Amino acid sequence: MDPLTPRPHDRHFDLARDSLREVNAALHAPDLEGAVTIDNPAGAHSVAVGLDAPVRVSINGHVGYYAAGMNQQAEVTIDGNAGTGVAENMMSGTVVVRGNASQSAGATAHGGLLVVEGDAAARCGISMKGVDIVVGGDVGHSTAFMAQAGRLVVRGDAGEGLGDSIYETRIYVRGEVASLGADCVAKPMRAEHVEELAGLLKAAGFEDDDPSSYTRYGSARTLYHFTAANKY
Amino acid sequence: MTTQTSSQNWGLRESATFDRTTIAAIQRAADTGIYDIRGWGAKRPLPHFDDLLFLGASMSRYPLEGYRERCGTDVVLGDRHATYPLHLATPVTIAGMSFGALSGRAKEALGRGASEVGTSTTTGDGGMTLEERGQSKHLVYQYLPSRYGMNPDDLRKADAIEVVLGQGAKPGGGGMLLGQKISERVAGMRTLPQGIDQRSASRHPDWTGPDDLAIKINELREITDWEKPIYVKVGATRTYYDVKLACHSGADVVVVDGMQGGTAATQEVFIEHVGIPTLAAIPQAVQALQELGLHRKVQLIVSGGIRNGADVAKAMALGADAVAIGSAALIALGDNDPRYAAEYEAIGSAAGFYDDFQDGRDPAGITTQDPELAARFDPVEGGRRLANFLRVLTMEAQTIARACGKAHLQHLEPEDLVALTIEAAAMARVPLAGTSWIPGQPGQQGL
Repeated sequence: MDPLTPRPHDRHFDLARDSLREVNAALHAPDLEGAVTIDNPAGAHSVAVGLDAPVRVSINGHVGYYAAGMNQQAEVTIDGNAGTGVAENMMSGTVVVRGNASQSAGATAHGGLLVVEGDAAARCGISMKGVDIVVGGDVGHSTAFMAQAGRLVVRGDAGEGLGDSIYETRIYVRGEVASLGADCVAKPMRAEHVEELAGLLKAAGFEDDDPSSYTRYGSARTLYHFTAANKY
Repeated sequence: MTTQTSSQNWGLRESATFDRTTIAAIQRAADTGIYDIRGWGAKRPLPHFDDLLFLGASMSRYPLEGYRERCGTDVVLGDRHATYPLHLATPVTIAGMSFGALSGRAKEALGRGASEVGTSTTTGDGGMTLEERGQSKHLVYQYLPSRYGMNPDDLRKADAIEVVLGQGAKPGGGGMLLGQKISERVAGMRTLPQGIDQRSASRHPDWTGPDDLAIKINELREITDWEKPIYVKVGATRTYYDVKLACHSGADVVVVDGMQGGTAATQEVFIEHVGIPTLAAIPQAVQALQELGLHRKVQLIVSGGIRNGADVAKAMALGADAVAIGSAALIALGDNDPRYAAEYEAIGSAAGFYDDFQDGRDPAGITTQDPELAARFDPVEGGRRLANFLRVLTMEAQTIARACGKAHLQHLEPEDLVALTIEAAAMARVPLAGTSWIPGQPGQQGL
């Protein structure tokens, strides 16, 4: 079947006409499947939050805070910019932002893949717990603050305080890092890291990048135990 | 940590400024070079519910018959926006305490005890355990800055959601759980390496300030289809403003935790020097709700130093809709039990003084992740003891309410109270006993 031909399960919403509550309630239907299109989000907050179904959701326009928040299973594409906390606490699935993302993109997310094709602002990947995040451009300050697990790829530059108080997240940055946060250090790119990064770049659609042009950052693990010598 | 005030030799005079506890603290700091971390809440003397008394009925008021006439105790929490508010049989709820700080068995016991008397229990920083969910009829799911173990499946399993901004023991502070308690299971739930000293963030990662919180609360409602009450919990500091802002942000219930509220692990200096007493916080919260026209519409839960039915009744007379207990609940389970006296002494403490919850060596098996210690604690017996305690608190509060002529605990009012000290009168905004003087209130002069 032509992929552009609507199928019986496909749904279409227009936030200029349909209320956010109606849209999200429909997206929480237990038998949800197929594809969903949401037009005219006009910066609305909490669009397509709490999804837990193997559906494809296309949001055509800019969204406000927490778009695709706590996503499970769904493949969500935002054809625009995203406000604070896009894909926050995502568990699985994929969220792609075609434009830029505001602060706290992918915050605390446990799983899945978040791709921001443009830039991501401050605190991208804050307290991330297993998600993979790929940012096409630059990231702001305090990115990967207290990041616990997962991988973060930055194709551009990183702002001040990258990876402050980081735990076990692995960060790959191609460009300049303004400064590293407490306990975050550059680490060698071994073969397994090049392979891992190549896989992440491919998944995000940036397979032409040379993984060896990236630098890996992670925890020095000097803050894992409180001592009088800890420097904060 | 003990404070002894007597001496056989009256020629020895202990300094009030440099008493033995202070001297020991200085010596400990000099020995170790790091601040003291402990559990429990503020231990210093504070104006508290003990400084208030009820005016029982006599000629001008008509009491209810103590053993025969009905005195209701139920409370509905979160009916402002939620499809399914909580309807509890008693206004005494169980405060949030984490799995990690407490053993899984202790969390199970809290659920058992609370459910037996028809009240709610609350998760904590570290996620929801099967033990607790399984045994809790009404379970409040805390949504904390760390988001440890936070996931939408558990969010949907909860009966209410509590957005935690802070707690009374450490308003403005994040949490900590020391490595000895980061067992394999705790580490797995929190996505952290086993055995490290874990920090919990003090700020939420994806919102800042009340305008953002309104959007966050809306997201939580959308994810859960507007079914569940949303609480906002604050540590008591600028309570008047915090409660107003929580209401503006859309909270269904506001939880105010005074500085006597407990913690599993915080710096001693933080516990004793940051925050305000529960007594001082309640009238601020009630004033904020009244000015917004939301008193009794947005429910107020008060915690921090609730120990008996009189405290319950006093908090409710000052305007709370419900209370929450934490330290008292742990004591009811068996914390600081004298039968472990020798073991408390062996770890440098004593029954009645033990507050090193961060160490994980709790002889009672409650604040530990050590499998052998945790196995000492029987969750069924612990649950039974907690249920007993909750029943006593409820009956004691009813006893006082009936004496004040009230057919429901929520009918208690500030007019039923007087204060024993000027400080308590000023904080609680009730008259000094025997006068009509409320310090700080314009137009109130002593008789």
